[in-house]
Amino acid sequence: MARRVRPRSVLPGFGLTMGYTVLYVSLLVLIPLAGLFFKSAALSWADIQALLTDRFVLASLRLTFWAATVGALVNAVFGFIVAWTLVKYPFPGSRFIDGLIDLPFALPTAVSGITLAVLFSEGGWYGRFLIPLGIEVSGAPLGVYVALTFIGLPFVVRTLQPAIADLDAEVEEAAASLGASRLQTFLRVIVPSLLPALLTGFTLALARGIGEYGSVIYISNNVPGEGQITAQLIMKQLEQNSYSKATALGALMLVASFLLLGVINGLQWWMGRRGKA
Amino acid sequence: MTVELHIRNPSALHGATHGRAAVKGVAIAITVAFVGVFLLVPLVAIFYEGLKRGWAAYANAITSADSVHSIKMTLLAAGIAVPLNTVFGVVAAWAIAKFEFRGKALLVTIIDLPFAISPVISGLIFVLLFSPTHGYLGPWLARHDIKILFALPGIVLVTCFVTFPFVARELIPLMQEQGTLEEEAAISLGATGWQAFWRVTAPNIKWGLLYGIILCNARAMGEFGAISVVTANQPGETDTIPRQIDNLYQGMDIPGAMALSTVLAALGLVTLVLKSVLEWKIKRVRGQ
Repeated sequence: MARRVRPRSVLPGFGLTMGYTVLYVSLLVLIPLAGLFFKSAALSWADIQALLTDRFVLASLRLTFWAATVGALVNAVFGFIVAWTLVKYPFPGSRFIDGLIDLPFALPTAVSGITLAVLFSEGGWYGRFLIPLGIEVSGAPLGVYVALTFIGLPFVVRTLQPAIADLDAEVEEAAASLGASRLQTFLRVIVPSLLPALLTGFTLALARGIGEYGSVIYISNNVPGEGQITAQLIMKQLEQNSYSKATALGALMLVASFLLLGVINGLQWWMGRRGKA
Repeated sequence: MTVELHIRNPSALHGATHGRAAVKGVAIAITVAFVGVFLLVPLVAIFYEGLKRGWAAYANAITSADSVHSIKMTLLAAGIAVPLNTVFGVVAAWAIAKFEFRGKALLVTIIDLPFAISPVISGLIFVLLFSPTHGYLGPWLARHDIKILFALPGIVLVTCFVTFPFVARELIPLMQEQGTLEEEAAISLGATGWQAFWRVTAPNIKWGLLYGIILCNARAMGEFGAISVVTANQPGETDTIPRQIDNLYQGMDIPGAMALSTVLAALGLVTLVLKSVLEWKIKRVRGQ
């Protein structure tokens, strides 16, 4: 009976590098995360129930979820247009704009947050037009929506750009030669090819928006039940030494993050398969 | 025998794949407007607001004792976290890209974790480990008078946590693409592992490595939420630049906050420029 022999790599260093990697990851990531889960497992049902019926907690979850979703949707629509334009319609200055897309990544969240808050405040460049019109962004829940749109902008654009660049002109031409109008080609050929990338970008923006803290807390009024996002609520709970509540809420957010990460991985795998088709 | 292909309307074929000028114009207009409103104007606003009161006030704000201290703290925290994570990134990328083993996908997912986690949660998990009152290790640390939270170690730890994927994520696909042939050739010619790494792998990955380091550094210097949690939002000795900006803002010194913000905004711009340059360089290497 022949034995399957797994070829051992010629390259040295597997044991050492793998060991170091696992050690680092365990110490820095796995153990602290496990700590959170163990702490939350130690909570009583009464605690959890109190948390899930607390109206401030629910309000913060609602605001966080809706603002992140709307922000990600706005980015999905406009990010698509931006990505398409940058790839397909280069114009003078488009390279500059392309470089600018990563600004929300490169700026600290506190700087983004304060700048947006100042911009939309009474004396700010946007505020001075919007506030007389009755549109209050700074100091209102609307500000959260704006901030999360800002922060999610790069995700959709950066995920779509390579996918758009990879679009096969031949498929478009085939559709055209079969009589499809430009609109039909767009809707039935191009958009489906880009769907995995679009969904990936959307989910990345969503995941980022749900956890965002620094860019939101300045523009929002942080009033519990109205303008408070979940991350800020957790911060307040820690400041008030309500560790069990913070832990429970933190565990909830962590589970949501893991779920989204799973979805993102799945979508990226789908993207990869598409590319090989 | 020849077959003649009659395309009824050749110019329509061109139009069908190239769109019309009106669509193009509208798309460009929307792009410029969207990016302008959301990105360009805020960027300009940072510098405008910071310099509004003139150079003297600006210089004052930046060179105040608190500001200088916060700059030192930021440099210190980043100066420890970035090299640590760079070493990790290279080591992990070597293990993942050059070898086959089960559980690789799981490891890569774990490395991606800090991206998906809120900064507040990132800080929370370390509070739950090290808090003197509620942490697992807290009481033991307190007895031995070791301060992690509210002190540099805590800040370095969370900074490491939130930035550790950057270098690894850059290098893993790059090294996977580059494969193992060159290193194997070197080994078969008698090189040791170290030599193979330094003389074969390193030159191949240098641009990707630099790219990852720059992103790692930008995030490390800008981290705010997690650091706020481990310092419990209290101003003090351990304030990094973003924390100091927050202090100034909370103290109603908005011009001061914006002035200090320009420092990080300038760093952000340098990051963006370097990023573009390195992306171009990496594309060139890949093209070869």
